[in-house]
Amino acid sequence: MNQIKNFTKGLLKENPVFVLLLGMCPTLGVTTTAVNGMGMGLATTFVLVMANIVVSLVKNGIPDKVRIPAFIVIIASFVTVVELTMQAYLPSLFESLGLFIPLIVVNCIVLGRAEAFASKNNVLSSAIDGLGMGLGFTLALTILGAVREFFGSGMVFGFQLFDSNYGMLVFILAPGAFIALGYLILLVNKLNKV
Amino acid sequence: MASKKESTFINMVLALLIVSLVASATLGFVYESTKKPIEDAQVNKKISAIKEVVPAFDNDPNAEMFLIEVEGGEALEVYPAKMNGQLVGAAVKTYTNLGFSGLIRVMVGFTPDGTIYNYQVLEHKETPGLGTKMADWFKPALVTDSLPKEASFFDWLFGIKPGSGGDGKVIVGKNPSQMNLTVSKDGGDVDAITAATISSRAFLDAVSRAYNGYMKKNEAIENKANPADSSAVNTEIKEMAQNKGGN
Amino acid sequence: MEYVFIVIAAIFVNNIVLSQFLGICPFLGVSKKISTAAGMAGAVTFVMVIATIVTYLIQKTVLDKFGIGFMQTITFILVIASLVQLVEIILKKVSPALYQALGVFLPLITTNCAILGVAIMTIQKDYNLMEGVVFAISSALGFGLALIIFAGLREHVDLMNVPKGMKGMPIALVVAGILAMAFMGFSGLV
Repeated sequence: MNQIKNFTKGLLKENPVFVLLLGMCPTLGVTTTAVNGMGMGLATTFVLVMANIVVSLVKNGIPDKVRIPAFIVIIASFVTVVELTMQAYLPSLFESLGLFIPLIVVNCIVLGRAEAFASKNNVLSSAIDGLGMGLGFTLALTILGAVREFFGSGMVFGFQLFDSNYGMLVFILAPGAFIALGYLILLVNKLNKV
Repeated sequence: MASKKESTFINMVLALLIVSLVASATLGFVYESTKKPIEDAQVNKKISAIKEVVPAFDNDPNAEMFLIEVEGGEALEVYPAKMNGQLVGAAVKTYTNLGFSGLIRVMVGFTPDGTIYNYQVLEHKETPGLGTKMADWFKPALVTDSLPKEASFFDWLFGIKPGSGGDGKVIVGKNPSQMNLTVSKDGGDVDAITAATISSRAFLDAVSRAYNGYMKKNEAIENKANPADSSAVNTEIKEMAQNKGGN
Repeated sequence: MEYVFIVIAAIFVNNIVLSQFLGICPFLGVSKKISTAAGMAGAVTFVMVIATIVTYLIQKTVLDKFGIGFMQTITFILVIASLVQLVEIILKKVSPALYQALGVFLPLITTNCAILGVAIMTIQKDYNLMEGVVFAISSALGFGLALIIFAGLREHVDLMNVPKGMKGMPIALVVAGILAMAFMGFSGLV
């Protein structure tokens, strides 16, 4: 039961984007389309799960005073793995995410979970925690991407629902990211209260 | 649970050293194994852009690439496309700095007589929804139709056909020697993108740069290719261009 | 002329916060009061310039030379993390006054993606060292400008009668959106 809780808390109650307000840079930066948001979310999920697993494996071998640099090295390695793999096999997604791939390394969620959860819990719980948080992040980015894509260009996941000439351009541009996220947070706050 | 390591100096140095060593070894391994696919992906991207902008070819344009110098700027890359040893067109990778937000790179395909066969925007930072329309704007409706962009419900409701808006904006299939390759606002023959005149101006600047450079060097390519009868090839290409639209 | 373009582009046109979305965490986190916003802006400027210089030199003298460009992310973040520590120690010894002003913000800076972002962008844009420094200073100024304006706006918004659900983060994000819209007026300037 406990593991299920570890998994589901990241999806809504402790959603990293809508509730904890972590990792805002990629959230706003890459969500011009739902696909981009999803790609970024899954890349972050991979790093989160792997970093959580490795951190909880080595936590006893690392002295307390140097644990943050050690965690950063572990996280940065997995980020580079994602970066190289994407460049090789998903070049167009890599291009549209651009700078935000290496910047996963400074995403507060990843270091935050490694420090707050994985360094205190066993491997299985850490992996599940990473997966839950990562999928919560992915969910948030995909929803935000879909909302912006729909209002901005009349598409969702690339399917044209109405003509792009009637779209509200501002949603694809920078201001739309802030405004759409503001209203989504409002919505999630309401949902969490029910 | 094993007890936590003490924070002694030796322990700290050792822990960090081991972590860094393992990390760099892993990364080195991943780098080696992804090096080839990354290079392939980059070449593939270029080849697919070339394929889109020139008629069908059977040579390796990437291997036959050559540079042409243009005044005041970087050299343009030209990828000649040949079918059975005959030149059927060439893709020119061109650029402009006049974009609304700076650099725009375009791959423009020409047939041997200089007619624009097709183009593809490779790189730009124009405003989404306005300047970005250049990706399809200057292509005829038929070419746009073959792209996966379907007419939507609202289009149907309001009777809007995709790519509508007159022929004045189309540059594909036209020869820049017979038209003024600037926007109509500047006295040219091309209708600019609605609400994105600067992007249109920049785009046409890139195309003209490619055309001028290409025509200057055109003879050089033709000599290399030994075309039997270039006018026969040209009519064939025009037919192909028309046929392609129907696909 | 080159430098003027870099400065205007980095501060106004491609403002690092409002159009590139870097450094959003401190932008939303420490913008409740103008005074703390100014402190954060100062600390970021300081670290960003030093970090850009150091990472640039490392990229050119180590990474490029040995062809290990793939180690960029890991090297840069380690350099930035240790640099922040170093700056904190030096500042404490050399200028206690400055440390008092900036000290609390320094630990937060390691995870500020604007620092790493600017360091990577300097390499990607193929700037030379001087252009890189100018780019880093103007990016930091752009960050400070956005942060201080936003803090000023939030101080007012806090006193307003906002619908209950919108209080706090939602209204702050909408305000940030409107601010970003204002900054879009600069686009096309360079």
